[in-house]
Amino acid sequence: MEFLGTALNYLLGIPLLGWGTEVGFVYKALLLLVALLLFTAYILLADRKIWAAVQVRRGPNVVGPFGLLQSFADLLKFVFKEPVIPASSDKVVFLLAPLVTSVLALSAYAVIPFDAGWALADVNVGVLYIFAISSLGVYGIIMGGWASNSKYAFLGALRSAAQMVSYEVSIGLVIITVLLCVGSLNLTDIVTAQSQMGLAYMLGVPWLSVLNWFWLPLFPMFVIFFISALAETNRPPFDLPEAESELVAGFMVEYSSTPYLLFMLGEYIAIILMCAMTTILFMGGWASPINLVPFTLVPGVVWFVLKLCLVFFMFAMVKAFVPRYRYDQLMRIGWKVFLPISLVMVIVVAAVLQLTGWGWHGGAL
Amino acid sequence: MTLPLFFFFVFSAITVASALMVIAARNPVHSVLFLILAFVNAAGLFMLAGAEFLALILIVVYVGAVAVLFLFVTMMLDVDFASLRQGMLQYAPIGVVVGVILLLELLMVAGSFVLAPEVTATAMVPIDPSMSNIKALGELLYTRYIFLFQGAGAVLLVAMIGAIVLTLRHKSGVKRQDVFHQTSRTRAEATELVKVKSGEGL
Repeated sequence: MEFLGTALNYLLGIPLLGWGTEVGFVYKALLLLVALLLFTAYILLADRKIWAAVQVRRGPNVVGPFGLLQSFADLLKFVFKEPVIPASSDKVVFLLAPLVTSVLALSAYAVIPFDAGWALADVNVGVLYIFAISSLGVYGIIMGGWASNSKYAFLGALRSAAQMVSYEVSIGLVIITVLLCVGSLNLTDIVTAQSQMGLAYMLGVPWLSVLNWFWLPLFPMFVIFFISALAETNRPPFDLPEAESELVAGFMVEYSSTPYLLFMLGEYIAIILMCAMTTILFMGGWASPINLVPFTLVPGVVWFVLKLCLVFFMFAMVKAFVPRYRYDQLMRIGWKVFLPISLVMVIVVAAVLQLTGWGWHGGAL
Repeated sequence: MTLPLFFFFVFSAITVASALMVIAARNPVHSVLFLILAFVNAAGLFMLAGAEFLALILIVVYVGAVAVLFLFVTMMLDVDFASLRQGMLQYAPIGVVVGVILLLELLMVAGSFVLAPEVTATAMVPIDPSMSNIKALGELLYTRYIFLFQGAGAVLLVAMIGAIVLTLRHKSGVKRQDVFHQTSRTRAEATELVKVKSGEGL
């Protein structure tokens, strides 16, 4: 009984029964989930609209005004279709794979701070948690590719596994340079550090906080992180796992209806996660770009979403105008270009911090 | 029963069950998937013990990298399941011996807490509770154990280079892309403008 009380108190926080005083985890998580799924629906539409605009097309424009309800129409269509499961597939793993992809992509949002104190779980090892969750993301793809028992799907899965493992290395090193500057693995601390120190303070213009953020001092790392994020989320120009010209649709070739929907959903949620990580690590999180009155009155979460949308716009533009990489070029740029550059940058940043005493020292670590 | 205790039982039950399934599953790919499940639940146990850094590193290194390669290899192997199951009983005696030794050793470790409390009491190094995992690990690894730590890194590096050297073969006649060569080409080197006479060709 005591256990049930603790669990209910912890999860639901029902004040009526005398347990707990604050809003429980379950309500917050549900709110976050609904907001995130709605946001994903419109990000997906924005992706298609931007892509269409670059190619001088109109994009989805039939369902609702300006096609605003297109994603929901797609959702209904996917859900009401029949899921086709290949006869020679490994059925359990086949159905588990899309679930793994989407659940892992969603669970990473537990530590993302959308505003000061708006993280579902403000843990000390937030960066490491995100890194761990995104390194698990490859399993959904491998499982799906193997369980389909089809050569296109299997080839797509193999490509994807090699690609995601390779680019994780450079992403890890980029994150290390940011962590060296901050001295903490807490995502809230990383954002706070960017508003309390940086180039704007050094130049004597503390109100221009856009210069404080890490994108300026760590600019090469920012570029490497952005490109590696494209590769990590299988976005064009690195979408070799689902290259439609050679592999039809890669690991997703045997999937239909709701399992396919879950794969697409997981993919887009992982993309938004990477945009959020870019925002937090390099673009000051929820901080306003100019630290003066009309701008600071805007709630932090609005700035966060605006920055996230800006990064996503870059993702969409890359998809629209960069041709797909060849596989050996992809491996070359990951291992022979990004890895050495980021390794050297870790050493350079560490040396500069050690010699100049720069860096944030207010962290609890 | 408190909440952490409940989660301890959940995590350890799944760990033990999936470890059992690793050796009981017929399909090797299923075995690896159960191994991954065991890893993730072991990470959960670490988390409950307060070692959040170890827990997440276990996931990043073992689940995110090592197990991916396991899965990679097992999926590509063309395994004959029937012949695999034939030798099962043949290896049973060795397995039993190893298992019994392991069990005895575990019992001895656990028993030492009861039989010789004075030894275990002095052996335990109290950890400063105000310090986070990462800082505590870093202060030990990069001060007291710096040479061992760097030595372990050097051994790994040598092993990696050794593996590359052993498998690297230079084949003659292979066309490789040299990006620097390609991009440093000028128009004069790459193209030639010729006047072709009508009806003759080049």
